[in-house]
Amino acid sequence: MRIEVKDLIKRFEHTLVLDRINLEIRQKEFLGLLGPSGSGKTTLLRIIAGLEFADSGVVEVDGRDVSTLGFEERKFGFVFQQYALFNHMTVFENVAFGLRVRPRGARPDKQAIAVRVKELLELVQLGAFEDRFPAQLSGGQRQRVALARTLTIDPQVLLLDEPFGALDAKVRVELRRSLRNIHDATGLTTIFVTHDQEEALDLADRVAIMNHGVIEQIGTPIEVYESPKTPFIFDFLGHTNSFDCVIHHGKARLGDKELPVEPAIPDGPGVAFVRPHDIVLSPPNDPEPTQDAKLPDTAIMRFVSARGQRAAVELLYEKRLIEAEVSREGLNELGLSIGDKCTISLRLPRIYAKREAEKQTGIGERAAARPRFRKRLRSRLSGTP
Amino acid sequence: MVDHAPSLDASLSQAARRPMPLTESAGARIALIAIALGFLLLFLLLPLIVVFAEALRLGLGSYWAAIREPEALAAVRLTLLTALTVVPLNAIFGIAAAWAITKFQFAGKNLLITLVDLPFSVSPVIGGMVFVLLFGLQGVFGPWLAAHDIHIIFAIPGVIIATLFVTLPFVARELIPLMQKQGTDYEEAALMLGASGWQTLFRVTLPNIKWGLLYGVLLCNGRAIGEFGAVAVVSGHIVGLTTTMPLYIEVLYNDFNFPAAFAVASLLTLIAFATLILRAILEWRADWQLARSRLH
Repeated sequence: MRIEVKDLIKRFEHTLVLDRINLEIRQKEFLGLLGPSGSGKTTLLRIIAGLEFADSGVVEVDGRDVSTLGFEERKFGFVFQQYALFNHMTVFENVAFGLRVRPRGARPDKQAIAVRVKELLELVQLGAFEDRFPAQLSGGQRQRVALARTLTIDPQVLLLDEPFGALDAKVRVELRRSLRNIHDATGLTTIFVTHDQEEALDLADRVAIMNHGVIEQIGTPIEVYESPKTPFIFDFLGHTNSFDCVIHHGKARLGDKELPVEPAIPDGPGVAFVRPHDIVLSPPNDPEPTQDAKLPDTAIMRFVSARGQRAAVELLYEKRLIEAEVSREGLNELGLSIGDKCTISLRLPRIYAKREAEKQTGIGERAAARPRFRKRLRSRLSGTP
Repeated sequence: MVDHAPSLDASLSQAARRPMPLTESAGARIALIAIALGFLLLFLLLPLIVVFAEALRLGLGSYWAAIREPEALAAVRLTLLTALTVVPLNAIFGIAAAWAITKFQFAGKNLLITLVDLPFSVSPVIGGMVFVLLFGLQGVFGPWLAAHDIHIIFAIPGVIIATLFVTLPFVARELIPLMQKQGTDYEEAALMLGASGWQTLFRVTLPNIKWGLLYGVLLCNGRAIGEFGAVAVVSGHIVGLTTTMPLYIEVLYNDFNFPAAFAVASLLTLIAFATLILRAILEWRADWQLARSRLH
C-alpha cells in the first residue's frame, strides 16, 4: 500500500507538534522516521495509524482519504514501544487474540487458528515458545511476539514505535536483521520511528529526518549521510567537528583551498562540518599539497583511544577539541604520540552559514563554553581567582 | 558470635568482632520487637479476646440463643443484603470511574477524582444527614416520595443508600493508580487487533486489574458490613427491620444486654476474620501467579 501524508498540522494545547508534514511512503517501502525526542515523529506515526487525529491535513492510502477513519477501519499493524503484550496470556494466546476476537462469521475455527498462530510464530522464530508467558521471555522475544500478534490481522501496513528502544545494544543489531527479513518476506509497507540514527541508516530504504515538527530531509541512508541538507542533520547523524571559515562570492576559504558553496548560502561567516573519519593527519608542516583542505596551524595530540582497527584521536586545534578517527596502521606510520604536533586536513567538508549552524546545533555554545570552563578549572586547581 | 570467637581462626574472629554497619544493637532490636508486639497485644488481641470472652460468659447455650433471636437474624440478613447490593454496585461504579479517569482525557477530570474521594473526607454522619435532608419527610424529595408511598429514610433503601455513599471510593481508589500505571497501550493494542469494546474490557482490562479489583471489593465489603455512623442516622433503629448488625449491637448494649451484644459482635468479628483470610489467600495467589509467570 502507498501512503501519502499531505499538509498535516497537529497542536497539543499551544505547542505546534507537526508543522505541515508532507510525506509519501511507497508500496513495500521500509521507511524510518528519525528525529530527536520531541521532534513529532511518534505523533506522526500515531496519526498515520489512526490512534491520534490531525488538526488539519490528509492521510491517504492508495489515493483514498482515510483521515476520518478510526484505527479499527484502517487495519494497520501497530507495534507499541513497550509491546503491550497481554501478560495473563501465553505467547500462543497473545498471537491468537486477533483471530479469536473476530466476529462469529469471520472467525476461523480452532484448528485454523492453531495453524495460523504456529505459522506466524515460525516466521518470527518463536515456535518453541508458545506456552510461555510474556514475563518469561527476553525483550527481543517479546518484540517478536508483538510482531507476530500484529500480523494476525493481515495488515498491509506495519507501524513500529521505537521497535528497539527497550532492548540492549547487542540484541538490537540482531533484531534489526530479523525485522528487515520479515519485512522482505511479507511484502508489507513498513514505517518505524527511532531516535537512533545508526538504526535508521542501517535498516531503512529511506529515512525521513524530523526536527521541531518538520521533515528536514528525506532520502536513502547514503543520500542523507553524504549530503545532509542542514547543519542539524549533519550534526544529528554523527559526530561533528566544526571549523570557522569565511564565505565570499559564493566560495569558502578553508585552509589552503577555496571551496564552492551552495548558492543558497549567503556571503559572511561560515562553518565547515567534518566527520571524524574525514580528518586526515600528517606530519607537522608537511609541505606536500593534497586534495584535502590543509589547515595553516598545527594541532596538538591530546588523547588516543584504540578500538580494534580504528583509533579515535583527540586533538587541540585553536583551543578547540577536534575528534579524528584514523586507522591504527596509519597512526603508527606517522609515529605520533600524545603531546606531538601534527597538521590536519579536511576531507569532504560541508559548508553552512554560521548563523544557521549555531541556531540549529548549538555548535557555537559548545565552542564558547569550552575555554571558559577550562579557565575556571585551571583557576580552581591553582587556587587563584 | 563473639563468645565463639576463640574457637575460630584469627581472621574469622576478627570479622566477627567487627561491628555490623546496618544492624542495631541487640538491646535496641529487642526493645523494638517488644514495643511492636506489646502494641499488637494491647490494642488488637486483647479486645478480640474480650469480645469472645464476654460473648461466651453465660455459656454456649445462651450464646447460641442470643444469636438465634429473630431480631439478631434479621440484623444479619439486613447486613448481608446491604453488602450484597452495595459491593457489586460500587465495583461497577469503581471500574467505570477508574476507566473514565485513566483512559480518557476530558474536562472536569480532576473534579471527578475529587468527588470520588468525597465520602472519605466527610464524616459518615454528615453523609447520613445529607440523605435525610434529601429523602426525609421534610427533605427536598420528601413530599413527592410520601405522595407515592415510597419509603427511603427509616427504611431499608435508606440503609443501602447510606452504605453505598460511604463505601463508594474503595474500588475506584484501588483501581485508579493501577490503571494509570498500565496506561492505554493494552486497550489500544486489543482494539487495533479488531477486538470490540466489550471484548477489550473482559479479555484485556479486567484480567489486568483483577487483583486490584478483588482487593478493592474486599475493602468495600468490610466497610459495608461494619458501617455505623451514616447508617445510624438514616435507619431509625427499628429493631428487626432497619437495624444492621452494628446498630443492633448498639441497641443491645444500650439495653445492658451485654452477653447478647458481645455475641452479635463476635459474629461480626468472625465475618471480618473471614474477609482477612480471603484477602491473605488472594494475595498469596497473586504472588504465586506472579512467581509462576516469571519462572518456568
